[in-house]
Amino acid sequence: MTASSAFPPALVLILGGLLLPLLRGYARGIAALALPLLTMWLVWQLPDGVSLSARFLEYRLELVEADALGRLFAIIFAIMAFAGALFALNQPRVAELAAGSVSAGCAIGIALAGDLITLFVFWEVMAVASIVIVWSRGTEESYRASMRYLQIHLLGGVLLMAGIVAQVADTGTIAFTAMTPGTPGTWLILAGFLINAGAPPLSVWLPDAYPEASYSGTVFLSAFTTKAAVYVLLRGFPGVEVLIYVGLYMMLYGIIYALLENDMRRILAYSIVNQVGFMVTGIGIGTEMALNGAAAHAFTHIIYKALLLMSAGSVLYMTGKRKCSDLGGLFQSMPITTLCGIVGALSISSFPLTSGFISKSMISQGAADERLLIPWFLLAAGSAGVFLHAGIKFPWFVFFQKDSGLRPPDPPLNMRLAMVLFSILCIGLGIWPEPLYALLPYPVEYAPYSVPHVVNMLQLLLFSGLAFFIMLPLMERTLTITLDIDWFYRTVGKRVFGGAATLTSNLLRGFETAVRYWVGALIAFTFRQAGPQGVLARTGAVGSMVTWVVVLLGVYLLLYFV
Amino acid sequence: MNEGKHWLVRRRSIRALWIVFVAVLAIVAVGDVLIHGHPYFGLDGFFAFYAWYGFLTCIGMILFAKAVGAFLKREDTYYDGE
Repeated sequence: MTASSAFPPALVLILGGLLLPLLRGYARGIAALALPLLTMWLVWQLPDGVSLSARFLEYRLELVEADALGRLFAIIFAIMAFAGALFALNQPRVAELAAGSVSAGCAIGIALAGDLITLFVFWEVMAVASIVIVWSRGTEESYRASMRYLQIHLLGGVLLMAGIVAQVADTGTIAFTAMTPGTPGTWLILAGFLINAGAPPLSVWLPDAYPEASYSGTVFLSAFTTKAAVYVLLRGFPGVEVLIYVGLYMMLYGIIYALLENDMRRILAYSIVNQVGFMVTGIGIGTEMALNGAAAHAFTHIIYKALLLMSAGSVLYMTGKRKCSDLGGLFQSMPITTLCGIVGALSISSFPLTSGFISKSMISQGAADERLLIPWFLLAAGSAGVFLHAGIKFPWFVFFQKDSGLRPPDPPLNMRLAMVLFSILCIGLGIWPEPLYALLPYPVEYAPYSVPHVVNMLQLLLFSGLAFFIMLPLMERTLTITLDIDWFYRTVGKRVFGGAATLTSNLLRGFETAVRYWVGALIAFTFRQAGPQGVLARTGAVGSMVTWVVVLLGVYLLLYFV
Repeated sequence: MNEGKHWLVRRRSIRALWIVFVAVLAIVAVGDVLIHGHPYFGLDGFFAFYAWYGFLTCIGMILFAKAVGAFLKREDTYYDGE
């Protein structure tokens, strides 16, 4: 254990991020870019096993414990923190940059946590940092969205905490290892993890909150919370069958809602749920091939999803518009943004020669190897649906379709650089997947580029594209949103709780009035009796006093003799 | 009419793009004959399985989304009064 490896990499981004607001100008920019690079270097240095532990109560916390899986996620989180900071360099709201750095640090902390308590602490701080990112946009909508986000994630945190307590009581250890749901503790932990992954029934927190952050905030948000959840599911619940069905549901949910959506960044937010669905399905399948696929897909997904949201963020930044129905024809004046958006769109669709192709296909291969008929067919349909809702719909409606007349130029240099960097990574990993395969938790015996695989994928995607253009009249954008589970807590729930609050406050007010009345009456009565004018406060003459004493003594004598 | 328009959105270019697109579709579909895939389940061994499966499932998903939308779509100002 060297001195450098003893310092927790997560703290570089967390503490450094908190110091960012104190810096000004270039110093802040340089620090924001240097912190992720330093973190990446520290992660790279980590030896396998525990490199930092501490005693807490009667437990031994394993603050930093590295293996292939943890290192893979820590590295991609650090890469993401770098590109996110580059994209956000011109963001005037420094709280967002600081919170983005903290949330990246927490994600890395989770990836390197060896026990459940350390995991939980990073988990909760990450939720708070994400709320600050949403809220720092500074609008009324973003404030409300951040409060809804807070409520869902507090619920998830409570479930996770309760699960950890029950699990520790059951097993006597805080170690974070693979579990099988069966006890209340493990079920609760699984539920806490799944809420952060965007699983049903509460998937809606994600498309509700993420698009309300600023043009650069959504880029940060897209990467850390859900992929940290994928990581903990990979480590904690590999091969748990229910995850196959949860994942397949998320995959189809994301497609259907994205097809109906008009807000460009909400389309991409639904597609995060869809993509995490692929990963969760892979985790549920649980073979080495499928787990490798889920891990690889998380890695490539972070890059192309951030790239897609950067291109959408650039459009938002340059035009101030976010609805597909207001956009279109932007390719004419934003060529770099368009090109990068298309690279991201092709990658998410797993087009050959892009990063999605070499990662997602491993999950399908896992399903095929296990002869999982229905999951395999649904995964294939899902792949087609991804091309439909993210691969074509997003670039088509934002950059092409009708001419909106908008002619904004490409965004500032830092934003262009971030997009170009991630575009290069998308294509680079697609052409040369070996470096990523070498980082995966299990040995990879998979060659993505076989002639049948490429031809099959091209058939699937191109004919999905044909379906899109044939059905285009049905896809015309309307000024609508689609109701989801949040309807219950935004309308009915709000009314019920609002009504309950009014009733409670009325009852309390009535009770208070009654108490005031009776206490007042008591005081008045006492005052009448014992006050200066009261019966008990009157003074009499000494003579009458003596007379009454004599009378009393006389009565006493009389009674004594009778 | 077409003057001043970007070359990509001129009527002739769009026609050309469609022709190229259909040609590519035909090539990848016919390419199925030349490859010897290894179907896993039987059904996926049919001719150009991925082509028609992708096409049909996409149509299905769009129609299903329309049906869901018929019940769940609202004006995007729906929550504005919060």
